[in-house]
Amino acid sequence: MTPGPLGKDLLGLEPLSGDQIRLILDTAEPFKEISERAIKKVPTLRGATIVNLFFEPSTRTRVSFEFAEKRLSADPVNVAASSSSVTKGETLVDTARNLEAMRIDMVVMRHGASGAAQFLAERIESNVINAGDGTHEHPTQGLLDLLTLRDRFTTLEGLKVCLCGDVLHSRVARSNIWGLTKMGAQVAVCGPRSLLPNAIDEMGVTIFDHIEDAIGWADALNVLRLQLERMTAGYIPSLREYNRVFGVTRERLDRAGRDVLILHPGPMNRGVEIDSDVADGPFSVILDQVTNGVAIRMAVLYLLSGGRPELAEAAKGGGAGGAR
Amino acid sequence: MFPNASFPARDSPYWVPMPDTPVTMLDARSLQRTLRRMADEIVELNNGTDDLLIVGIQRRGVQLAARIVSMIAERENVTVPRGALDITLYRDDLQTVGPRPVVGPTDLPWDIDGKHVVIVDDVLYTGRTIRAALDELADFGRPRRIGLAVLIDRGGRELPIHADVVGRTLTVPPGARIDVLVSELDGRDAVVQVAPGASA
Repeated sequence: MTPGPLGKDLLGLEPLSGDQIRLILDTAEPFKEISERAIKKVPTLRGATIVNLFFEPSTRTRVSFEFAEKRLSADPVNVAASSSSVTKGETLVDTARNLEAMRIDMVVMRHGASGAAQFLAERIESNVINAGDGTHEHPTQGLLDLLTLRDRFTTLEGLKVCLCGDVLHSRVARSNIWGLTKMGAQVAVCGPRSLLPNAIDEMGVTIFDHIEDAIGWADALNVLRLQLERMTAGYIPSLREYNRVFGVTRERLDRAGRDVLILHPGPMNRGVEIDSDVADGPFSVILDQVTNGVAIRMAVLYLLSGGRPELAEAAKGGGAGGAR
Repeated sequence: MFPNASFPARDSPYWVPMPDTPVTMLDARSLQRTLRRMADEIVELNNGTDDLLIVGIQRRGVQLAARIVSMIAERENVTVPRGALDITLYRDDLQTVGPRPVVGPTDLPWDIDGKHVVIVDDVLYTGRTIRAALDELADFGRPRRIGLAVLIDRGGRELPIHADVVGRTLTVPPGARIDVLVSELDGRDAVVQVAPGASA
């Protein structure tokens, strides 16, 4: 199998070039239209078997991948770790190898450990798509954020985007930072120092300690979810205080006196990192992000699904060239 | 004339190298004339412009469809609805081609049920593009009739598909390519024949 323009796997945005990211975004454009049709299906991935292997709970990402797979006519199989042999102590590699023995073509995996996707990709032949690994990366979320921003601002070059809140636990933040900087945008982070990773400034981002400064600077805010389930130590005094100091509120946006686009990867803690009247307000593109998510995932599946030119060579005796 | 005649193989002593420079088969003015005739034939085929919908296939078919629509508008004073179809996702060779072909936009904002759809493409060769287009149209609805108009028919069909309206029929040596150039994308209007491996 000849690797496609993205290689075998999509593990993160860090290893991709700006051109590869642009290719995914451009490919996603025509896929948006398919979801608007009466019959939302094209035969492109007919016969491809895809396993959605989710070791962590997820609604949006899993359903989004499943829609993308079905709209491309692939056959998805959902495996939730909580109801699988993983609970009997089977290792990740054994689970994947057993699935691969049933002749699958791709694995979409979410896992709680950073680097799990790469670990798997090195050990199986199927294409691996990272649907979130620990606090490392969530590339398709990063890509759909880029697509949503590009839809609104037409270009990402020079755009000012601030990631607000729990950057420490956020794989979405890492994918955003890699993707946005590679596309020429300026990136900042804003949040309590306890929720910013060490040496975050080495990724080429500006740090704001006050949300008001961030709102005054940015064209768009990507408000991250406070990942309460990953917070074992006392990172913040209380949710109420967090909202008072770092919450994105209508009042703060009004005071900026200009339009700031609001993104949120979901699920939202309403009244904590974002207020309801902001999330549902005129500058929120949170639901556009969800719509774009299907198109981005279709594009990624399409670009990763391996063409096998050697089969064509054998069938035609070497004749290439486009059929008409 | 000579049904059994074939071109000499590359290793035969009778093999004549084809010129590397593209040979112009149709210049801008004859292309314009041909399209005008095709526009008339499409209206004739449909017995008027009622329920007519012109669908161009990405890429060059879209520009040709736009011109045919404006030619029909000149003649009939009616602007016929027009759409664009990208058939990449319906190709039958996606499992064998690599890298992934670029997907262009499909834009069919009309209800095609009960319409007389005319597909417009630049070159008709194996017929596989048209097979894919028929499948894609079927996913949008059920037209009363689907017709096919092509600027160039170069033979070599691999499927039982024929065109209702043909601009020009060309006999093309094996390996050679027919390129339709349109000013919107290529800077000039022409139909050229290109030797294998060369670019127009």
